[in-house]
Amino acid sequence: MKYTAFLIKYAEIAIKGKNRYLFEDALINQIKYALKRSEGDFSVSKTQGRIYIECLTDYDYDELVGNLSRVFGITGICPVVHVEDRGFEELSKDVLKYIDEVYPDKAQSFKVHARRARKNYPMDSQEINAELGARILDAYPEMKVDVHNPDIMLNIEIRERIYIYSITEKGPGGMPVGTNGKGMLLLSGGIDSPVAGYMISKRGVKIDAVYFHAPPYTSERAKQKVVDLARIISRYSGPIYLHIVNFTDIQLYIYEKCPHDELTIIMRRYMMRIAEDIAKKTDCLGLITGESIGQVASQTMQSLAVTNEVCTLPVYRPLIGMDKQEIVEISEKIGSFETSILPYEDCCTIFVAKHPVTKPNLKVIKRSEERLCERIEELYKTALETEELMVVKWD
Amino acid sequence: MEAYLDNSATTRCRREVIELMVRVMGEDYGNPSSLHNKGLEAEKYIRQAKASIAKTLKVKDKEIVFTSGGTESDNLAIIGSAMANKRAGMHLITTRIEHAAVLEPMKFLEDQGFEVSYLGVDKYGHIDLEELDRTIRDDTILVSVMHTNNEIGAIEPLKEIGELLVSKSHKILFFVDGVQGYGKEAIYPKRAGIDMMSVSGHKILGPKGVGFLYIDEKVKIKPVIFGGGQQKGLRSGTENVAGIAGLGLAAELSYKDLDEKREYLFKLKKKLIDNLKDMEAVAAINGIKEPFDEMDNIKETAAHILSVSFKDIRAEVLLHALEERGIYVSSGSACASNKPALSATLKAIGLNKELLDRTIRFSFSSENTDEEIEYTVAALKELLPYLGRFVRK
Repeated sequence: MKYTAFLIKYAEIAIKGKNRYLFEDALINQIKYALKRSEGDFSVSKTQGRIYIECLTDYDYDELVGNLSRVFGITGICPVVHVEDRGFEELSKDVLKYIDEVYPDKAQSFKVHARRARKNYPMDSQEINAELGARILDAYPEMKVDVHNPDIMLNIEIRERIYIYSITEKGPGGMPVGTNGKGMLLLSGGIDSPVAGYMISKRGVKIDAVYFHAPPYTSERAKQKVVDLARIISRYSGPIYLHIVNFTDIQLYIYEKCPHDELTIIMRRYMMRIAEDIAKKTDCLGLITGESIGQVASQTMQSLAVTNEVCTLPVYRPLIGMDKQEIVEISEKIGSFETSILPYEDCCTIFVAKHPVTKPNLKVIKRSEERLCERIEELYKTALETEELMVVKWD
Repeated sequence: MEAYLDNSATTRCRREVIELMVRVMGEDYGNPSSLHNKGLEAEKYIRQAKASIAKTLKVKDKEIVFTSGGTESDNLAIIGSAMANKRAGMHLITTRIEHAAVLEPMKFLEDQGFEVSYLGVDKYGHIDLEELDRTIRDDTILVSVMHTNNEIGAIEPLKEIGELLVSKSHKILFFVDGVQGYGKEAIYPKRAGIDMMSVSGHKILGPKGVGFLYIDEKVKIKPVIFGGGQQKGLRSGTENVAGIAGLGLAAELSYKDLDEKREYLFKLKKKLIDNLKDMEAVAAINGIKEPFDEMDNIKETAAHILSVSFKDIRAEVLLHALEERGIYVSSGSACASNKPALSATLKAIGLNKELLDRTIRFSFSSENTDEEIEYTVAALKELLPYLGRFVRK
């Protein structure tokens, strides 16, 4: 079937009261961004609480729907067939043809749902429903009417032209990006942090990211992997400013001065400090991490408390109550899993103690950090000054 | 300064080879199968390359088949000859230290019902001729042994293997993976009893994506790629004319002044060994008889490959640290904490388990200089004590 338009459904933003237009405009912007990356020309319009995409040229259905299904705020994408109003007889022929093409298997239940946006149409909605229903039953005797739970909900909208649609491709839900401020994602090459970025972005938050690399303990390939992961998230979130911070000297200094079993926790505290500094400088309203309680030693309740203590901004941890398997499922769905499991280690095992503390004590950790007083400020400053900034976007 | 010491991974293409290839691609771009002049011109390059290569091996032109490189040559030799000779027997012999391009076709043949025996090696990477003799059976049809091991530079006793195989009452084909040996020293298949030998262009300052297989005219072999029947049906597909021309020239040039170049590479290798042998952090110099710095001992190994194991320092970390200084080397394995892919060759020579992921390969070409070795030594002197401070506790 050749669809000539798409009706975009959105749920949550329809209830945002006076701010509604802000949300709708943000959604339209995001839709336009997705359309720019799709073959063909389109026009987007907002009428009577609906967003329509009209296809002005040929397009690739799978590509277009794929791109739209990554726009947060959209709950459903309905491919539409337009027909001119040439009277009811012609309309019913068009509808029969539509059903025949879209549903080769006729053994299904249906319901006709007509809406008359143009009130001068000679029949009212009830009449259209009844009359079209009868004609469909005549033409395709295997089909059955079910007004409560139909397999096919056939929508007929009478506007200047008449819109026929019955299919809804699922959208990602959530809120349009850019409607809820900006957050700083601590991005690693693992499975969790890209998923965390995706989840917060889904709530309409714009994402920037910071990655800590430690050459020669981590390779250029590990860094490239993180850039690739940021690019995958940016398919949902829009362009990401990726801050790449060289963490080697801080890491080695901690290694030499602090107890080995506390390395990871102290390292993480410094990563949070740096991330927060960059976040504040770039107007981010919070930090985002992929932590999940108990997943590793540095993510026990005690460790999280000690890590969290260095931050003044809120730290958002969308995966906090999720199991690894649940996280993996999302990462497979958003397409980051395959990249995440590439075998470039981004944390050389030298810096991971064989038996790290799992219940760190804040006082003890702070005392250990005092041993760093001689050079840490200088190393910290250098790390911030030498950061590399990349804009990562979906091309 | 930059020091590219990873020439066993690949080499930079010679300027004159690039120029020749550009000319072929831009001007003499015909399809050698075409009947017109353009086709004839292209065919001349192939004939020329064949002649140059055949000369280096002292074999006939028609015994050279061009392929897409070492891997395809190995596959063609092993699978093609096994399939063509399986009525004579289904037993094959190879070694534990072969390249994956040999071992994987062997595995494939095992799945097809062939039986494969894998020979061990001593601490210098050499197979044991007596073990080979014991392993040969009446149904053995193919013995596959590499010329030079890519990781430690061990050179196998090919002549002795060839003699042993010839002394048997039935014909056993002898295939040699020559990817690391060809262009580095003279190899005459007919004198060593070698029936097939694979070579890759990009290891000899030539282009990637092209190589050849020497096949003695008496060898029965079947193709593994089917199509338009080029190269007498043994390797269908329009010839990579530019690549083949480049390969021919690179082959010719690699054998020019060979002895001088070998002496030069041995000197570079010895220089690096002399400097490394007393370093605190060096745990082992692999595959060379002691004393390591004795030229006679060094000369029993490949001139261009040196394998060194370090104490307490992960190879991948050292590799990246050297990379920051513009020095490019290779590590046997990646620094993966969960599933380390450890080298079968290093295991086979009995290297201490702890050193398997602490081993670096330096590999030279005639383009490397004394200064580059000095620069590398200086970098190692600086890096090793520093990196050695950071070990997992």
